[in-house]
Amino acid sequence: MKILVCISKTPDTTAKIAFTDGAKKFDESGVQWIINPYDEWYALVRAIELKEKDPATIIHLITVGGSDAEPIIRKALALGGDEAIRINTDSADSFSIAAQIAAVANTEKYDLIFTGKETIDYNGASIGGMLAALIDAPYIPLATAFNIEGTTATITREIEGGEEVVNVNNPVVVSCQKGVAEQRIPNMRGIMAARTKPLKVVEPAAVEALTSIESFELPAPKAGVKLVSPDNIDELVRLLHEEAKAI
Amino acid sequence: MVLVYIDHQDNQIKKSSLEAVTYGVALAKQLGTEAHGLLLGTVNDDLAVLGAYELKNVYQINDAALSSFDAQVFVKTIAAAATKVGATTIVFSHNQTGKALCAGVSALLKAGLVTGAIALPNTSAGFVVKKSVFSGKAFANVSIQTTIKIISLSPNSFHTASGAAATASITPLDIPVSTGHVKITAVNKTSGEISLTEADIVVSGGRGLKGPENWGILLDLAKELGAATACSRPVGDAHWRPHHEHVGQTGVQVAPNLYIAIGISGAIQHLAGVNRSKTIVVINKDPEAPFFKAADYGIVGDAFEVLPKLTDAIKKMKATA
Repeated sequence: MKILVCISKTPDTTAKIAFTDGAKKFDESGVQWIINPYDEWYALVRAIELKEKDPATIIHLITVGGSDAEPIIRKALALGGDEAIRINTDSADSFSIAAQIAAVANTEKYDLIFTGKETIDYNGASIGGMLAALIDAPYIPLATAFNIEGTTATITREIEGGEEVVNVNNPVVVSCQKGVAEQRIPNMRGIMAARTKPLKVVEPAAVEALTSIESFELPAPKAGVKLVSPDNIDELVRLLHEEAKAI
Repeated sequence: MVLVYIDHQDNQIKKSSLEAVTYGVALAKQLGTEAHGLLLGTVNDDLAVLGAYELKNVYQINDAALSSFDAQVFVKTIAAAATKVGATTIVFSHNQTGKALCAGVSALLKAGLVTGAIALPNTSAGFVVKKSVFSGKAFANVSIQTTIKIISLSPNSFHTASGAAATASITPLDIPVSTGHVKITAVNKTSGEISLTEADIVVSGGRGLKGPENWGILLDLAKELGAATACSRPVGDAHWRPHHEHVGQTGVQVAPNLYIAIGISGAIQHLAGVNRSKTIVVINKDPEAPFFKAADYGIVGDAFEVLPKLTDAIKKMKATA
């Protein structure tokens, strides 16, 4: 079985969000970069678990980005996976990223493609759906559990107010979220091994972005909390009803 | 033409789709064009009443292959329908189904996509859509450069508006539907539960509640408010509550009108999942809890005393209102 895990580089969850260049660019100064948590904790770890069950499994990691993405992909390799592919171009928009990955997937023929449910920076939640459409594979979004027997995957996915269990034969594209796997910490052996794992740099396919970010804005600061005494709950209810019109 | 994808579950149109319809109608007016709906499969609801939302017409594609959800099949069908009716803008709700479909349709039609839009686009120069980024910590204005444009609307960001004295026409659309590969084997609905992403009010509990056995007072409050229930990550990780209730950066992101946080300190990762809520109430006995900085209203007090009193006070308010 051959699995592709899509990896994105995102600012750390506690990074200060600020913008430069007339609010056109994300201010990267002092920002710690991490593997997008959904890609790491759920998509990648589940792929590693499948390989632990069936050692013949081959895991490729893929990212779209410049050489600055390499520390992140090495970090992912320290958790597991056999080799990494970096498509050497800017991650301009969701479509261009998905189309670049699709170009690789079309030649490599993966049985499973895992993505995180979204990235924590642009919150697009689109790569999996676009990729599936581009390679004409079934797409299971928002998976909370993933199992496979032979070539048939059994996947639980979130729906409004519940869950749905589906069966699908591979190849299939799955977007992963909490429930699929548990977060792991890379160990020293993994970190050492990652140094010698192949990291292939692939030149990009000819793809144009369909959208571009014009500018960023920060939300207006909150006016400050209005504290209500625990002995005066009626006042809170009045404020919520009359002032906030929330109840 | 603006084409709005009308999503449904259990034979009923989802509330988030009605928001998308309202948005699509407003957008069509802004662009000087008409809004039409697109429905795959069948619903029990009378589609003609969508005229009350000023929707002119609903295209309906009925095929046995559409009776259960398969993203691959639905994407191809929607893309073909959009091409056939000449849609220039396609609107989805950014709900569990819509976010999967809009991405696929965007890829097939090479149509620029903005997901999780929170407002109508600025069309004064180009087509620029505002969306929330960095998990609610900022907004981005995204320009779509392609002729066909696709938007998915963040749930709870655009209020439904109905009341027009009109009915929508229903036009069956003949589109060849491919056979799917996904077989649904079970559906587990959490009975009577309000969907977290669609809820107007969310009541959420953290470690301050000390244990799963203490959730009763929170559930009472949620019931009184007709609210969905949520929890912080430690509570989900400790299995005090089911993991689908975990709200935060790595769980569910919500944007209700009212978010009530009980015994949650307000770590930055939790705030990332809730900071688009319109009003935030924080109940915590620690006055230094960082959540108070992100709150509109706060009570420094013991949840075990405050919650039953709050439930009673709301009951009382409802009785007199």
